[in-house]
Amino acid sequence: MSGAGPRAHPADNGALLQVSELSKSFGGVKALDAVSFDLAGGELLALIGPNGAGKSTCFNCINGQLRPDAGTVRLAGRDMTGCLPREIWRLGVGRTFQIAATWSSMTVAENLQLAILSHQGRLRHWWGQATDMARQPSLELLESVGLAGMADVPCATLAYGDIKRVELAMALSNQPRLLLMDEPTAGMAPRERNELVALVKRLVRERNIGVLFTEHSMDVVFAHADRIIVLARGQLIAAGSPDEVRADERVREAYFGTDGGTDIDTGVGTDVGTIVPPER
Amino acid sequence: MTLQSLAVALINGLAGASSLFLVAAGLSLIFGVSRIVNFAHGSLYMIGIYLAYTLIERFGAGSGLGFWAGVASAALLSAVIGALIEVLVLRRVYRAPELFQLLATFAVALIVRDAVLWCWGPEDLFGPKAPGLKGAYEIFGARLPVYDLVLVVVGPTVLLALWWLLKRTRFGVLIRAATQDREMVAALGVSEAWLFTAVFALGSLLAGLGGALQIPREPANLGMDLTTIGEAFVVVVVGGMGSIPGAYLAALLIAEIKAICYAIGTVSIGEWSVSFSKLTLVVEFLVMALVLVLRPWGLLGKPTAEPRSASPPELPLSASTRPGRVAWIMLIAVLAAVPLAAGAFPYLPVLGIDILIAVLFAASLHFIMGPGGMHSFGHAAYFGLGAYGAALGLKTLGLPMLAALFCAPLLALAAAVLFGWFAVRLSGVYLAMLTLAFAQIVWALVFQWDEVTGGSNGMVGIWPSAWLASRSAYYLLTLALVVASVLVLRRILLSPFGYAMRAGRDSSLRAEALGIAVTRVRWAGFAVAGFFGGLAGALHAFAKGAISPETIGVNHSIDGLVMVLLGGIQTLAGPVVGAVAFTWLQDLIIRSTDYWRAVLGVTILVLVLAFPQGLAGALGPGIERLLKRLRTSGPTLIRDRPVA
Repeated sequence: MSGAGPRAHPADNGALLQVSELSKSFGGVKALDAVSFDLAGGELLALIGPNGAGKSTCFNCINGQLRPDAGTVRLAGRDMTGCLPREIWRLGVGRTFQIAATWSSMTVAENLQLAILSHQGRLRHWWGQATDMARQPSLELLESVGLAGMADVPCATLAYGDIKRVELAMALSNQPRLLLMDEPTAGMAPRERNELVALVKRLVRERNIGVLFTEHSMDVVFAHADRIIVLARGQLIAAGSPDEVRADERVREAYFGTDGGTDIDTGVGTDVGTIVPPER
Repeated sequence: MTLQSLAVALINGLAGASSLFLVAAGLSLIFGVSRIVNFAHGSLYMIGIYLAYTLIERFGAGSGLGFWAGVASAALLSAVIGALIEVLVLRRVYRAPELFQLLATFAVALIVRDAVLWCWGPEDLFGPKAPGLKGAYEIFGARLPVYDLVLVVVGPTVLLALWWLLKRTRFGVLIRAATQDREMVAALGVSEAWLFTAVFALGSLLAGLGGALQIPREPANLGMDLTTIGEAFVVVVVGGMGSIPGAYLAALLIAEIKAICYAIGTVSIGEWSVSFSKLTLVVEFLVMALVLVLRPWGLLGKPTAEPRSASPPELPLSASTRPGRVAWIMLIAVLAAVPLAAGAFPYLPVLGIDILIAVLFAASLHFIMGPGGMHSFGHAAYFGLGAYGAALGLKTLGLPMLAALFCAPLLALAAAVLFGWFAVRLSGVYLAMLTLAFAQIVWALVFQWDEVTGGSNGMVGIWPSAWLASRSAYYLLTLALVVASVLVLRRILLSPFGYAMRAGRDSSLRAEALGIAVTRVRWAGFAVAGFFGGLAGALHAFAKGAISPETIGVNHSIDGLVMVLLGGIQTLAGPVVGAVAFTWLQDLIIRSTDYWRAVLGVTILVLVLAFPQGLAGALGPGIERLLKRLRTSGPTLIRDRPVA
């Protein structure tokens, strides 16, 4: 498995996303300390860690919200470290937010039409009617996330689970190679969660999109992720398949303290709210 | 300037800082807790000085006791009036969108102004000197009034008292807690209503005290409310919203810079002479613009937490329906026929021109306020630049009338491009204040540049060409240009660019993540609004034949805001309806009573309390949907969703 050790990393190994030696400090606190990992196309990679481990910092350094102090982020070999969010999007990266962000004063279809128009570079048009443009592809995208028939509903009136789906469709509007999903199932009921992640999994397999996601819900992570990387105190402490991570001593230590007497899979004895017990 | 005169200037500055600080501290406290930008705060300062005038006379202006008892009771009465305003008006609008609260406080300011006019009359009132403090010390050859030295002490004393109140008392803990997180304080069982009333009373006390203390220094007059609120806003924004030490620091900074400018006077460098004392008209706004660009949250301020209670969601825009289009075409046809009735009603085209110009002014402001989400408090700058551009083009450059008319908006456009570059980087109250500052700078420039702009007298003789000389002909030209402009603005809003602008307002995070350069889009929107505001101004110049700096004044910017908010910010027809209602109402009331401000204020209050969605929102075709929305506001709307 590539990137099994936190620091051993080749220069360019043809992976879709290559993060190498990424570091970021806030004041004197090292929120991120030389973190490296890879992600291949079509792969679902989960980024987990206890609260304050540096997940958000890592995520925001990759998506352009933060500028890392050191290290590089490459997309298919191309350096995109320090690019603005909108530039990163132009390189073919889609994004969803922890608190789903859509444009609430528009209909569902208009949200997607605008996203597609932006992808096509047609936002400079000051004349034609936006609602007449890119209608068909937006309906197709809506169908792919299971929202056919909701096109003309105002986004502000949607249930939260549906807003998450609209957001996913918007993130797919530029036919991305990489999808960054920050807590994709936050705020959703357990059943909706698994449905959404299963949908994501199906879509990215079809389109060979790589997905990096952070997630608090351990049942989602262990049921769906192809590979998991674990952060603790700003450092990458483990990387591997769900089974490998589950068995890793350091992960147990990071999550449960030194006694390590609990099993991460069942979540027994874990911090409530950090790890949600699986429903099976 | 010698070292001695600098020292005297600095002491003068300290005295000036004190009353500025008192007013600003009250405004800052009120904003911190209630998140209301209280436009009526300057009115309480004005009430303070007028009450002090009367009460000191009643208690005996000759004795020290009478004077100070007068000042103290004036401040206390101001506190009572402030509390009354909170209970009667503001308590009803805490849940309303931010701009409606602002509109309500503006209405209160209008009412207070006419109440003061009714009680005390229009003349300036010269108050008594403070007994025992009438003399002046001789320092470095300059005379420093003893009373000013007392004022120097008042500022820091009040600062210390407030510091003690905020840090050492339970009430102070509640104020600080509410400033940080109002919802949490309410969730912990503190009565918000009581806390808000108390804070309003305290803020009003400080404003009233600030006013009362000024009575020996300057005459009480009716313009004080607006000049004071302008200065207090600047101080609060420079110091940082909600920060009391910040307010003192800012008051000190601005008062000192002003005092030094006065002391320097006019300096000649070669052929050029720069009058620093004239600079005092804009210096505070220059300071504010600089601070906001470098430190967007003010000197000692922190980013404010977004309130969790967001305004109701906006309905998606819809392209016009066939019946709607027919109705608009019929309306325009009726308007085009107005000159036919000019024989019987000669005033009709005159009023019509005013209304149409107001429509364009409001529509251009709405363009950035509504869909753009940028609440400009200085839109009159672009209107005024259009007006002056037209006048200068015609008189100074000798352009033909139509060329002057069409070139003038380019001046406004250029200013909007320049100011917009700074303004679109801010949001909320800070953007509002920066746009206000830019408008004040333009105003001061026009006001003082006598040789070019005619200074306070303005410019006259700006008449249209002969073929447009009749009111009816000019009315038709105005109608054509305004209708075309409003249609263009509407087209832009429905175009991908307009959608991108709304996307940036709805969620700038999402917009950036989908490749939309939000700042650039907002900048372009700001420029467009400036251009059309300028066209409205140019039309205004030729309609009146004369212009004055008033076209750029704060009052005119606020007129625009009121029109947009009256009509309803969420609909495209809103600004049109609002401008018509406002202009017609104003014309009607001004001609029938001296107390038109109070009547206007009461009308605005009634409308704000009755139609929080604005006139067009309440009367438009979406009325049923909106009523349903009001009944089931918030997340419960999900129930109405058709099942997929």
